[in-house]
Amino acid sequence: MLELKNISFTAESENGEKEILKNINLKIDGGFSVITGPNGGGKSTLAKVIAGIITPTSGQILLDGEDITGLSITERAKKGISFAFQQPVRFKGITVHDLISLAAGKQIGVSEACAYLSQVGLCARDYINREVNASLSGGELKRIEIATVLARSTKISLFDEPEAGIDLWSFNNLIKVFEEMHDTLGGSIIIISHQERILNIADRIIVVSGGNIENIGSREEILPSLLGKADAGCHVLAGKA
Amino acid sequence: MNNTELELLKIIADMDGKPEGAFNIRANGGLADRQVTENVDIRTKADKSGIDIIIKPNTKGEKVHIPVIISETGLSEMVYNDFIIGENADVEIVAGCGIHNCGDEESRHNGIHSFFVGKNAKVKYVERHYGKGEGTGESNMNPTTVINIAEGGYMEMETTQIEGIDSTKRITKARIADNGTLIIKEKLMTHGVQKAETDFMVDLDGENSSANVVSRSVAKDNSYQLFLSRINGNNICNGHTECDAIIMDNAKVSAVPEITANHIDASLIHEAAIGKIAGEQLIKLMTLGLSEQEAEEQIVNGFLK
Repeated sequence: MLELKNISFTAESENGEKEILKNINLKIDGGFSVITGPNGGGKSTLAKVIAGIITPTSGQILLDGEDITGLSITERAKKGISFAFQQPVRFKGITVHDLISLAAGKQIGVSEACAYLSQVGLCARDYINREVNASLSGGELKRIEIATVLARSTKISLFDEPEAGIDLWSFNNLIKVFEEMHDTLGGSIIIISHQERILNIADRIIVVSGGNIENIGSREEILPSLLGKADAGCHVLAGKA
Repeated sequence: MNNTELELLKIIADMDGKPEGAFNIRANGGLADRQVTENVDIRTKADKSGIDIIIKPNTKGEKVHIPVIISETGLSEMVYNDFIIGENADVEIVAGCGIHNCGDEESRHNGIHSFFVGKNAKVKYVERHYGKGEGTGESNMNPTTVINIAEGGYMEMETTQIEGIDSTKRITKARIADNGTLIIKEKLMTHGVQKAETDFMVDLDGENSSANVVSRSVAKDNSYQLFLSRINGNNICNGHTECDAIIMDNAKVSAVPEITANHIDASLIHEAAIGKIAGEQLIKLMTLGLSEQEAEEQIVNGFLK
């Protein structure tokens, strides 16, 4: 179980200090949770705090009861936290096979590496020996990023806006990957997303806005109000036009 | 041959025992062993130190090994090797120089390698430089490669210097005739207070000739690298040069690409990038469970692979 206790994060900016996360309290114990909310609301910061990339100004992070607040990125990864970046990182010379092996924590064979790529909808043989560099498209990099998380198969799998930076067609295919993951990947899956189709497969929805958890509950509880808000927004706009 | 020498041979020339095909092993300034084949002749030069490697026209699929090893401290040599690749031949040549310097005197290997790639011939030339030794004596290498590619000829040169060479100045000059192609891939890593200079000069003389000169390097500690790459487009031609360097610690790297178009249909590109390892690359690998040091190693090894 992942537990955030009173997590706050204040960033230095040109205009002085800005409070990005305000006393967040959250418990996630298995299932498929989607964190959503407006841009700039603190979602990505929250994910980075969990992965250890950002150190919170105050508060505690517990993993299965153990305080991991002071642990490094590496130590948290070893304890079972995986994180798929919003913007996948490129590496010159490191192949897709290398990266998946590093994720799996051991040298894995071609067929095993291919199995992970197939799960994310890539025709594995075409990709296995390619470098994770700028020759791959945004959608391809995104899938490979997701494959690294699958290969790790840890207690906590965090995905930061898997839909960002890829076209609608590629995203439609990617949805299937997450639908399957919902059934196959164990542990807790946490996805930051704005996409209705991702929200549609959530067990739980967490709405983060202005650095606070604005709302939290089951999909049935939260989704109608979110969609209602969006509709309301459209009506207002339509009315103005 | 002693174990040190055999180990050097394995590292620089992938030789584990006697290879098949033609080979010439030069050890501590003299001939250690040689084998020729029906299509590949190797002759000792009469007028100066060095060998002629003569590949008969139409020779296909043969591999030639010509390693040089130095395990005596204080040995300094200058070697001239000529490679004559016959028309329509298709061969691979594995060269390399390994120095094991346990003493306190400088060991130095300077070589001038001249390639004559015949019409429509194809050659892959692999060259590795490596130094080792517990002594305080420096290991220095200064290879010069002169390349002449005839009509329709093709040469791919892969040159690698990963560690142990204290000082190197590598000069490569090439002239390419009609429809000829030259591809150079350089990989370099320096550490400590090593110095490495690379100087490529390519003349694209022929119609539809092309050249691609690509260097990837990593400079660590207090080492210094200078990369010069000059391509002259003297006809309808395509030229591309690229230098990509990772800089670490207190190292210094200079990249000086220079392209000159002397013909309206010359198409030339140069690219050069120097930078430290991106923080996000380290973070990504750390989220996979690697320590910062392991992540750095993976990034460097991948980059130089």
